Parts: sequence; C-alpha cells; structure tokens
Amino acid sequence: MISQFFILSSKGDPLIYKDFRGDSGGRDVAELFYRKLTGLPGDESPVVMHHDDRHFIHIRHSGLYLVATTSENISPFSLLELLSRLATLLGDYCGSLGEGTISRNVALVYELLDEVLDYGYVQTTSTEMLRNFIQTEAVVSKPFSLFDLSSVGLFGAETQQSKVAPSSAASRPVLSSRSDQSQKNEVFLDVVERLSVLIASNGSLLKVDVQGEIRLKSFLPSGSGYGPGIRVDEVSFHSSVLLEEFESHRILRLQPPQGELTVMRYQLSDDLPSPLPFRLFPSVQWDRGSGRLQVYLKLRCDLPPKSQALNVRLHLPLPRGVISLSQELSGPEQKAELGDGALRWDLPRVQGGSQLSGLFQMDVPGLPGPPGQGPSTVAPPLGLGPASLSFELPRHTCSGLQVRFLRLAFRPCGNTNPHKWVRHLSHSDAYVIRI
Amino acid sequence: MPYLGSEDVVKELKKALCNPHVQADRLRYRNAIQRVIRMPKLDQWGQAEVLNFLLRYEPRSEEELFDILNLLDSFLKSSSPGVVMAATKLFLILAKKFPHVQTDVLVQVKGPLLAACSSESRELCFAALCHVRQILRSLPGHFSSHYKKFFCSYSEPHYIKLQKVEVLCELVNDENVQQVLEELRGYCTDVSADFAQAAIFAIGGIARTYTDQCVQILTELLGLRQEHITTVVVQTFRDLVWLCPQCTEAVCQALPGCEENIQDSEGKQALIWLLGVHGERIPNAPYVLEDFVENVKSETFPAVKMELLTALLRLFLSRPAECQDTLGRLLHYCVEEEKDMAVRDRGLFYYRLLLAGIDEVKRILCSPKSDPSLGLLEDPAERPVNSWASDFNTLVPVYGKARWASISKCQGAERRGPELPNTASFATAGPLIPDENKERAQELPDSGALMLVPNCQLTAECFEKTWFSLKVAHQQVCRWRGAVHPDTLQMALQVVNIQTIAMSRAGAHPWKAYLSAQDDTGCLFLTELLLESENAEMQISVKQSEPRTETLNSFISVLETVMGTIGDIKS
Repeated sequence: MISQFFILSSKGDPLIYKDFRGDSGGRDVAELFYRKLTGLPGDESPVVMHHDDRHFIHIRHSGLYLVATTSENISPFSLLELLSRLATLLGDYCGSLGEGTISRNVALVYELLDEVLDYGYVQTTSTEMLRNFIQTEAVVSKPFSLFDLSSVGLFGAETQQSKVAPSSAASRPVLSSRSDQSQKNEVFLDVVERLSVLIASNGSLLKVDVQGEIRLKSFLPSGSGYGPGIRVDEVSFHSSVLLEEFESHRILRLQPPQGELTVMRYQLSDDLPSPLPFRLFPSVQWDRGSGRLQVYLKLRCDLPPKSQALNVRLHLPLPRGVISLSQELSGPEQKAELGDGALRWDLPRVQGGSQLSGLFQMDVPGLPGPPGQGPSTVAPPLGLGPASLSFELPRHTCSGLQVRFLRLAFRPCGNTNPHKWVRHLSHSDAYVIRI
Repeated sequence: MPYLGSEDVVKELKKALCNPHVQADRLRYRNAIQRVIRMPKLDQWGQAEVLNFLLRYEPRSEEELFDILNLLDSFLKSSSPGVVMAATKLFLILAKKFPHVQTDVLVQVKGPLLAACSSESRELCFAALCHVRQILRSLPGHFSSHYKKFFCSYSEPHYIKLQKVEVLCELVNDENVQQVLEELRGYCTDVSADFAQAAIFAIGGIARTYTDQCVQILTELLGLRQEHITTVVVQTFRDLVWLCPQCTEAVCQALPGCEENIQDSEGKQALIWLLGVHGERIPNAPYVLEDFVENVKSETFPAVKMELLTALLRLFLSRPAECQDTLGRLLHYCVEEEKDMAVRDRGLFYYRLLLAGIDEVKRILCSPKSDPSLGLLEDPAERPVNSWASDFNTLVPVYGKARWASISKCQGAERRGPELPNTASFATAGPLIPDENKERAQELPDSGALMLVPNCQLTAECFEKTWFSLKVAHQQVCRWRGAVHPDTLQMALQVVNIQTIAMSRAGAHPWKAYLSAQDDTGCLFLTELLLESENAEMQISVKQSEPRTETLNSFISVLETVMGTIGDIKS
C-alpha cells in the first residue's frame, strides 16, 4: 500500500519521514515531492502527482503537507481518508496540529505511525485500540490550568451566568492517559455549520448550502446520549452511533472513544428555515471620464435582534489600478483598507437587525469596461468582483438544529461530575454576493 | 497481511483465497466467501480491503450474485468514503451483465459523491469530482438536477474550479441550461484569465446543443473588448461554425470590430480563417485582411501568415475586385521577401495555381465550409459503464485517461525486466475458479520442457557400461575453430547441469570428452565430443537411456548453445 509517509512544513522542511517499504531507491523522496509541487503548472492538480514510478498523494492541513507515496494503483478515497484520519489523530495526541507541536513531539508521532501502519498497511486508527500501545506523553507548550480564562468575557453581561469553555480546551491533548483523571472529566459538543451562499446581482438567491457537523471531543472513557431534532437533507452518522431511537425521538446514543470524533454530518440545501444572515445592497457609480468610482455598500444583518455576528469581513476585489480610497463608515469600530487589489471592510461585531453602510470612493484611471459616456450606474466596471463575506455566528445554526440535551448514561470512575459544554456555531464557507 | 479485526477473520480469508483444496471444491469455496462477507467487526480499513479482495471472485450463478449484493448493501451507506467507493466498484464489476443494477448502484452512490464534492477537504473534493465526470460519461443526466452543487466558489483552488466547469458543461439539459449558462457567463468575466478562458470554452461546448443562447452570450462578451476574452471567443466561434453551420449568420454579424482586440497567434488565426471562409457575408472582410497584409512584415507568427495567404485567396474567389490588389501585394511579399520557407512555399504554390487558371483555384480551395458530422465523431457517445468500471476508485480517473496512459507506458518499460517471473505467475492465476486450475495443473508433465537435474553423480564404470549398452540416438557435427579449453568448457557445461565424466587435456590430438546429464524423469543423456584436429569439426554423439524424441531435441539444443557460446568467445 503506502511506501513512504512524510510531513513537510509549509516551506518544505521535512518534519517527519517514515519509510515503510524501503523502496525509495536511495532518493530523497520528500525533496522530490516539494520540488515537483512548487514546479507544477497552474492547471494541473497537485493532489496526486506522479514521478518516476511512484504516486504522491497529499493533503494540506494547518499549513503542513501530509504526504504518502505509493507505487500501486490504489483507491484515492481510502488514501485521502487515511491522511485526514492521521491528521486528526496527531492533533488529538499532540494537542493541535502545527509545525511547533510536531517538532516537539517527534517521538510520539513516530510511535503513532508505527502502530497505525505496518509495512504500509493500515492496522487500526481507532483511538481505543491505540491507547493501549502508545506510551509516550505529549509535550504541551504551556501547562493547562482551569483558571486560564483570558479570552472569556467578550459578549456582555450574560457571560457571568453562562459557562464559557476555557480557551485552552481546544489545544489540550486529549489522550494523555494516565495522570490527572480528575481534571479531565469533560465533554465538548460542537455543532458546527458551514454556510455557502451565492446571491446574484439582482438580489435573487442562486445557491444556498449548509454543511453541518456535530463534533464530540470527549475526555471521558464512557458513554452518553443526546437529542436534536430538525429537518435536513442528507445525514450520515459515525459508525459507533446507535440509531434505534433516532426515528422516534431523535435521540442518538453512542459510546464515544476518547478523542475527537464526528458524530453526525448533515447537509441542507435551498430552503433554510431562517432568513439569510446578511444582505448586501451595493450601488456603484462610475465616471469613466474622470476615473472616479464610487461604491456605496449597505449591509443588513437579518439575524434575530439578540444574536450577533462576529469578525465580519467583507472582501471586495477591485479593478486594476485603483489609486486612492476615501471612506465614510457608519460605525467607529469598523475599518476599511485597500490591499492586494481588493477592499477589506472589517466589522468586528454586527448586531442582529442592524444596518451598516460604507461609502468608498476610489480613483481608477484608465479603466476598461463597457463603452459609454458619463457616469453609468448600470454596468459595473470589469474587475469589480463579487463581494465575499466571512463571518462567525456564535450560538446560531442556520438549519435550526439544536442539541437539546446531553446526558451521560453513567458516571465515570472519578468522583466529580463531568462538565458538559455544548456549543453551536455557524461560520461562512463561501458567502458571495455579486455586484 | 493487513490486520483485519481478528484472528478468525484472517483465517477465513486465507482459507478462501489461498487454500487450493477449498478453491477446488466449489461449495466450500462459496461458503468461505460468504463467511468473509458476513464478518461483523471490521473497521473501515478492513472493510475496504475485503471489498478489494472480493473483486477477484466470480459468482457462479445469478442467485449467488444477488445474494452477495444483498449482503454487501449496507456498505454502500457507510460513513467512510473509502468503503462506499470500494463497495460501488465491487457492485459495478460483479453486476457487469446487469446494466440496470449498475444504474441503481450509481443512483445510490449519488448522495455520498455529492457530499464529498462539497467536502471541506479540497483533495477529497477533487477526487470526487473526477469520479463524477467519469459517471457522467455513461449517464449524462445523472447529476443534472444537482447542478447547483457544482457552482464554483470564489475561494476554491484553480484545479477544482476547472473540474467543476467541465462537469457543468457535461450535465447540461433542457431544464438547467438557462441557469448554468448564466453562471458560466459570470465566470467569463473573472479576474483570472485562465479561468475565464476555460469558462468560455465550456460555453462553446454547450453551444453544440444549445447554439442560439450560447452565441448570444458569446457575442455579448465580445462587446467587453477585453483581449483575453475576445481571442478565446473568436476561437470558439471558429470551432462552432464548423460544427453548427446554422449559427454562421449570427457569428458573421458579431465579428466586425474584433480585430482591434486580438494580439495572440491563435486568435488571429481563428479570425483570419473565419474572414476567409465566410467573408462574403462580412462586409468589411477585405479591409480587415488588408490591414493584416499591411502589417505582415512585422507579423511574428508564421502560422498567421499561412492562414492569411489561404484566407485571402479564398476571399478573392468570392470578392475579386476588392481583394485583387491586396492579394498581389501579399504574394509578392511572401515570394520575394519572406524568410520562413514554409510561408514562402505556400505563396509560390498559390501564385502558380493562379497562373493555372481560376477554375483550378476554385477546384482546390473550395472546401466544405462545415462538417456537422465531425461533432458526432468528436464527442464520444455514451460509453457503457463496463468500459470504466474497473478504473473506478483507483487513481486512473484522478489523473485522467491521457495522463494515465503515458504513466503506465513509462512504468511498463521500467518494470518489465526484473519482475517478469512474478507477473507471469500472477497473470495466469486470474479469477480464482476452481475447475480450471485442476486441469492446468495436470498438463504440465506432458510438456516438452527439459529439466536437467544438477549433481547427478555418475561413476566412470557406470558410464562406460551404459555407454556400451546403448545405441547412438543422435549424431551431428558443429564447427570449431582453434584449440579447446577444457576448463572453460567444463564450467560452461556445469552451468547447464551437464556433468563431465572425462575430458582430454588441452592440446591433445584427437581431443575427446565424455559428458553425462540426467533429467528429472531419470532419463540419461550420454554424450561424446570428438575433435580430430584443430580447425576441424567437432563430432557430437548423444545416447539416450529412454527413447524420447522431444527431450532429446531439447538436450541437443542446450548443448549446441553452450558449444556455440564457447566457440564464439574463443574466436
């Protein structure tokens, strides 16, 4: 199956290299791969490349390249799945996946690889089985402390009552087993949705797609069950989920292994129960003679009044040769700047139901476009690209799916009651509005 | 052997696939396979491996086939894309005689494939898109209602966008053509020139079926007067006019004005060709060509000049008065001043053709203006699923057929040498059908292959006795030059398992040697070599303990080879 496996940093430095079959023929396979990758012509896909007599398949994850080579004609889906699973496993064991964490935990990574792959064949990737074999402990960058709540407290008064998960939970390694049982009785349940929207220039909705996942990060060795209920188009479950009560009460039971796992994946298209979070009303005035381009953007947030959108950024590509920018923005904390041939408008927080506007004036001499005299409000100039929005919607799911309860079926061996954190989050995958 | 979940699973698999006794008994074999299929506790990697192994199995009856398909049905709904694809491939291959079953399977796999196409992982998305394209070649309407999933997103990498555009082009039908065309039209004005050009070519592809709408869109694009757009649009028009002559009128109306915006070789060639062939309908055609001729000295591309010559001559036939002067100037330049020989030759040829008379010119240059049947040849008709089923879920669709062909050619050349014995044995294994294996095993002893047993020690007395008791079975002479080197000869014969009983020393006259060999059935070959003098002929006499002509001939040829080699080395 796999001949070699290696991990490269984003600059091509090899961090991990493991040869399973010894058939590299003495060549530096990692270097070969990087050179080929950087020298690839623009329209060829880098996902699978061929050189000499071997195939290179890789994924990019957190800025790292995880690469596997093989000389047989095997299934690309299996191989990509394996690479993704390895990325998740390494993240589970080392805390997070990144150049720093990998370099600090080289021994652990090699041990993991030894157990997962034998002579290039996959033995097992289940965290339960691997737990029994892995001896090395992960090295974390700073000691974990429950009192590390520095990023908490952004959202106003209500945070005093609601519990907010400690920020370092995301980066804590899940699977360092033996010590500190008491500290680690926690379950994190994330309902994460990705929203993909395409709106045409006349305001009509061309495409709406929601991809959702329920992710469970469990530090417990035990089982649990919980219940959501909503209409979705396509659902798929993790293999360890028991579905008997799903049809009737919408309850999922499962016994999760330690570590991170995706319980359920669902998709919803075309018909969202709630209105789209953002609507943009642009108006463009362009005087070809003097080269003046005036873009007035009105952004309306259609979320319910209590919700907010965070880290909203509007990215609007501009025609070539834009010289200056003058702006008038409706709120003090907003920022707009010109960079990389595009306008970036940052709004850190947008309240539901509010309307924000920005007027941007630019000088664009010598701009090509449809012929015409005088200012034209009909046809925008070429290169004034579709506006894309990126944002996060905390505590909001576009499909309306809510996890109502998370119940643990039995108590684990520790005495303390385990903490349960449930989080709903939507963020934009590709929210594009055409001008 | 990959770890497949437990010891008994591995045992069952080994039994089913390796034990010839199980394979020989049809019923036992089938039971072992059934047990393999029902294994409960495999993880996703084990499942994928098992599904791969099962590709080798050929069910004996239709009933058994559907049994297996029913048992494996649940794998199609697995959450692991690797397992789903492996199951799909297995179904497609097992059901190769039942196209409706294949179609069913492809319908079931639509959901997972579409989910993979919108996956967060770019690489998975790409692999899924390649497979979607492959399915579309057999079932073009399969994904038509899901066309929205293939709309390109702004942040996607270039290679994914290209694949999506190709898919959109292939899944167009009456219901979605409007929206798809609108979407593609949006891409044509994309900031990235490559992507815009790909979108325009895609519209050209759709134009073969939905000509009017596409021509309208393309004409509008010409109005933007963008260089990279105009050149590709004109090229698309040229291809379209050839395949769909009904749009010629519309194209001719759109063309005037393009010449200002084209700078590259391909675009110019396309425009000039159009002006030449359809120039009678384009009012200012001669003047545009005249512009080109004015600047021919600074024209860098010889292909453009060639095209210009042909086009102008064609136009001359339909509009002689306006083109005569220009044609003359062009021919003069090409014959007298042009440095590229191909262009000069063509100019000279046309000049002489004109001298031969206008009828000759018409006969040669008036070629058909369009050939709609070429469209049918070019677009391969729907291919049956069986033609690509074995490539499904492998790296072949990800590379694309053309690239894969070149890869396997390189691989084949490299691998042929050392690996030959292994591949030969695997190739003959083939599908594990019990009966035929038995017959093949029995055939072997009857073949004429000769296997000389090494280290058969025959004593001198035994040799002498056997020698005198046998009659000469074969006698021949072979040429020999120079003296004999006994050591070399002895070693060479040893390599092919022919023992030397006695040999004269070097330089003896006459020189004699006695050799013995034994094959694996116990038949003895006794040989006498006799060389009277140097540069004479070597006499070979062979006696065989059992009269078998085939093996005797094999032995003779082995001996001849050795003698020939030694003789060559010496001389």
